[in-house]
Amino acid sequence: MKTRREFHKLAAATAVALAVPAIVGSKVFAQDKPIRVGASVSLTGPLASTKNGLIGYELWRDDVNAAGGLLGRKVELVTYDDQSSAANVPAIYSKLVDVDACDVLFSPYGANLSAPVMPFIKQRDLFMIGMFGLAGNDVAKHDKFFHSGPWGPNSGRDWARGFFDLAKAQGVKKIAIINADLEFSKNAAKGGAEVAKEYGMEIVFNQSYPPNTTDFSSMIRNINAGDPEAIFIASYPADSTAIIRGVKEIGISDKVKIFGGAMVGPQYGALLSSLGPELNGLVNSHTFVPEPTMQTPAIKGFFDRYTPIAVKQGVDPLGYYIPPFYYVAGQLAAAAITGSKSVDPAKMAAFLHANSVDTIAGKIAFNEIGDWKERRVLMVQLRGIKGNDLEQFRNPGHQVILDPPSLKTGDLAGPYNKARAS
Amino acid sequence: MRKTSILFVAGIVIVLALGFLLPWTVRNPFYFFVGYVVLQYVTIATGWNILGGYAGYINFGAAGFFGAGVYLSAFLFTTFGLPLPLCILAAAVFGAVLGLLMGYLTLRIQGVYFAIATLGLVVVLETIVHNISALGGASGMAVYGPKPPAWSPGPSQYNFTIMLVIAVAAVSLARFVEISWIGRGLRAVRASEDAAECSGVPTLRLKLLACALSGAVLAAAGAPYPFYTSFVEPVTAFSLIIGLNAIAMPLIGGTKSWVGPVLGALLLASVQQIATVTISSELNILFVGLVLIAFVAFAPGGLSDLFGRRQGRAKS
Amino acid sequence: MISIDILLNAVVTGILLGSVYASLALGLAITFGILHIPNIAHPTLVVAGAFFVYTLSQWGLDPILAALIGLVPFYILGVALYIFYSRVFERRGGANVLQSLTLFFGLSLVIEILLALGFGSELKSVSVSYIGSSLKLGLLTIPYRLLIPALLGPVMIGAVWLYLSRTNSGTAIRAVAHEERALSIAGLNPASVKRHAFGIATATAVVAGAALIMVGPVEPFAGRFQIGRVFAIVVLAGMGSIPGSLAIAIIIGIAEALVSSYLNPSWSPGVAFAILLLGLALRPQGLFGAAR
Repeated sequence: MKTRREFHKLAAATAVALAVPAIVGSKVFAQDKPIRVGASVSLTGPLASTKNGLIGYELWRDDVNAAGGLLGRKVELVTYDDQSSAANVPAIYSKLVDVDACDVLFSPYGANLSAPVMPFIKQRDLFMIGMFGLAGNDVAKHDKFFHSGPWGPNSGRDWARGFFDLAKAQGVKKIAIINADLEFSKNAAKGGAEVAKEYGMEIVFNQSYPPNTTDFSSMIRNINAGDPEAIFIASYPADSTAIIRGVKEIGISDKVKIFGGAMVGPQYGALLSSLGPELNGLVNSHTFVPEPTMQTPAIKGFFDRYTPIAVKQGVDPLGYYIPPFYYVAGQLAAAAITGSKSVDPAKMAAFLHANSVDTIAGKIAFNEIGDWKERRVLMVQLRGIKGNDLEQFRNPGHQVILDPPSLKTGDLAGPYNKARAS
Repeated sequence: MRKTSILFVAGIVIVLALGFLLPWTVRNPFYFFVGYVVLQYVTIATGWNILGGYAGYINFGAAGFFGAGVYLSAFLFTTFGLPLPLCILAAAVFGAVLGLLMGYLTLRIQGVYFAIATLGLVVVLETIVHNISALGGASGMAVYGPKPPAWSPGPSQYNFTIMLVIAVAAVSLARFVEISWIGRGLRAVRASEDAAECSGVPTLRLKLLACALSGAVLAAAGAPYPFYTSFVEPVTAFSLIIGLNAIAMPLIGGTKSWVGPVLGALLLASVQQIATVTISSELNILFVGLVLIAFVAFAPGGLSDLFGRRQGRAKS
Repeated sequence: MISIDILLNAVVTGILLGSVYASLALGLAITFGILHIPNIAHPTLVVAGAFFVYTLSQWGLDPILAALIGLVPFYILGVALYIFYSRVFERRGGANVLQSLTLFFGLSLVIEILLALGFGSELKSVSVSYIGSSLKLGLLTIPYRLLIPALLGPVMIGAVWLYLSRTNSGTAIRAVAHEERALSIAGLNPASVKRHAFGIATATAVVAGAALIMVGPVEPFAGRFQIGRVFAIVVLAGMGSIPGSLAIAIIIGIAEALVSSYLNPSWSPGVAFAILLLGLALRPQGLFGAAR
């Protein structure tokens, strides 16, 4: 594992490399103090797999500074390691605001780590971009908070609605729901159950399991006993692996048309590589895949620069799920600052509420509590995976977008057993 | 004995006065965030030491009591709107009851078995809390704290002052136990339980008392936590680092008296806080691990023992 | 809904998992059960063993073969650990509980962080040809992923038990905790006997690690979830009873599987501990072992 010092040397080198043309091109930064953007990242602890997002922040900062900064001022990124622990978050964000004088804040990863900061930013009336925190602002309802992720409004209930839309279109009447007993997966399952009921589906099996469960034999058998036509799973990487393997070992009925949903793991290079063809047929959520409806030169350029850095740091070389949206967060902050020509939280927030922003993930418009007006969580089906090579995933056709309809690139191949065997 | 007690009370008054005045003089709220954590650990270390240091019964489950205090306080506040001081008292009482329960269950066992049983306590408590939906389970519970009263300029300063009051109360309690007949009896138990029993020391009652007091302090340390983070979830409330520090801090500072845990907590917690916001890496845990090994190997009596030896005082 | 095939499969899964737990607990049964050294770092050593097996499997070796290769290095590691432990406490002529527990606790932290720094904190798994398929026997579907590691347990336990009861050095190990002086009079060096025992205990960690990583992916901090189960097994079995630890481990495995199937899986982490606490309250000397 590389130390933070080594990483910063690399980032500094990259920054210099990008800055040289800027300096040579005689762009001089204003002598004002720099604009500071502060965030905590989970470099260590259980959420350490999200630390590749930091590369997204750093690439954004380098791009902005190479283009002359914001409002003529250089952008500085201040980050700390929250060690994936909510207990560390209040002190870190107090330091960012009270000691480091940051103008803009990015939240920690996910709702659990962001929750301690919400009352803080509301009380101090600060501007913050939320990183992957589902329904993070639904309780605080702070007007200066904006999601960088495509969850859409009412995300607590609706972010995985695409899966159920697909199930409904297949005429599914009986569904099984299982989830890991952790915040994200628990909420995904809860929301899913509400949507299923709304669509008149019968939930034949609904169970949560403790996070370090390694054996799913009993659970899969119980699911089979309920005879479902669809199985919605909200799991984390370890259990995602165990469930997919378990299904292979025990087998499920041919009646199951659609399997997957909210499994964290199959978006990451590590699992795509280790499970390979076992993932065929899975219908799962994602935020970005290189399909024709989403691929643009801008985002391709991002990944071309991301991959060598990621390989050097030993993190996910594909990086489709998290890093682009960390870059998007930067773009949102930049748009707010240049659009309102200030770093005043009220003016920045007013700008983002009134205007849509072009980012590498598309055009984004916000509602009053900072959700994307349009949900763009993808439901993709994994197909045609051969072997354990990762490069195949850079081509279209292996993660076919089934939902939302605006980004669709294919139809559901079912039932699951048939899609699995192909 | 009289003179040291007067000195001690004077010291407490000064510390408390500082605690109430500092928020108005030091403008930057950051120090109060950090100060809260340090004081929290002073309380945890002191509470742990009542059972672990004085009686010699190593409790690996300090996090269980802490988490219980966190959740009870959060629950009482969000459901019944109980004011913070009452929540703290309730948590302390609950911690005492839990301590008594643990004492009864582990009545007959000594030494290593006791330590292992306490490990189990954390897991059992965490599993129970996880499965009570009213407490939010894995999704956690959001707690929007009360507005700070007029004598405090802001929420972080208010939390700091409250924690200071709890810490002072805990240390006073620990000192009282140490110099009273309870402390004498516990020292006899630690030295040799069988001999103490034979001499007529009511070992069972003393052990239960120590369990209850220790549990009460540990739970009280957790009571203001929901207001500090505005969010509680089982993993951080019952986290390993709490149980770890609860043992490491008295070990480093010295287990024989009330000074040790305070010293060890001030030292270790400050280092950890500085590390979090400057170096920040897994090295924090590595550091604690190496420190533990080093102290066990070279300075088993802790820092206060080292200083004592240096001054040439004869230790009983 | 008590259908026979779910019940049967749950019980069988429980037996297999219990057997894996037993191989995890074996090393502790030796160091804690027989030598009375509370080696709380043993589960972390098992995780280290799992990473050792993982590293070798990256070069194409079968995990069981890797474990056999690991026996010697881990034996040496165990001897080194014991020497370190006895040096630390020799100065003071004996260890008290807090100190030995703390020493091993600190050690387990250091090992975990070294693993995390060396391998990263993400999950690592091994892929073997038979993982993913199952054996079908009538109503039962037994995944090979569980079956093969589960067989390692009894084999290793049997081997160790035979060694301890039939050979001279094994008998010396069993005697050293009780009668150190008698041992020295008989001409044996207690320290070298204890070193040998610690070495054997740590060698079992690499086999247990292989079993663990075959059952599911492993990450550096995985030892923490096993500490409770492993101690529960050793204590409940009665200190020093090796076959007893297998029996208790299987009982715990079945209890967890049944709770998971019929109640709620969310309760199963607490099962081992609940059983331990009850057991300690009712019968502190354990179910099978010698009186303390």
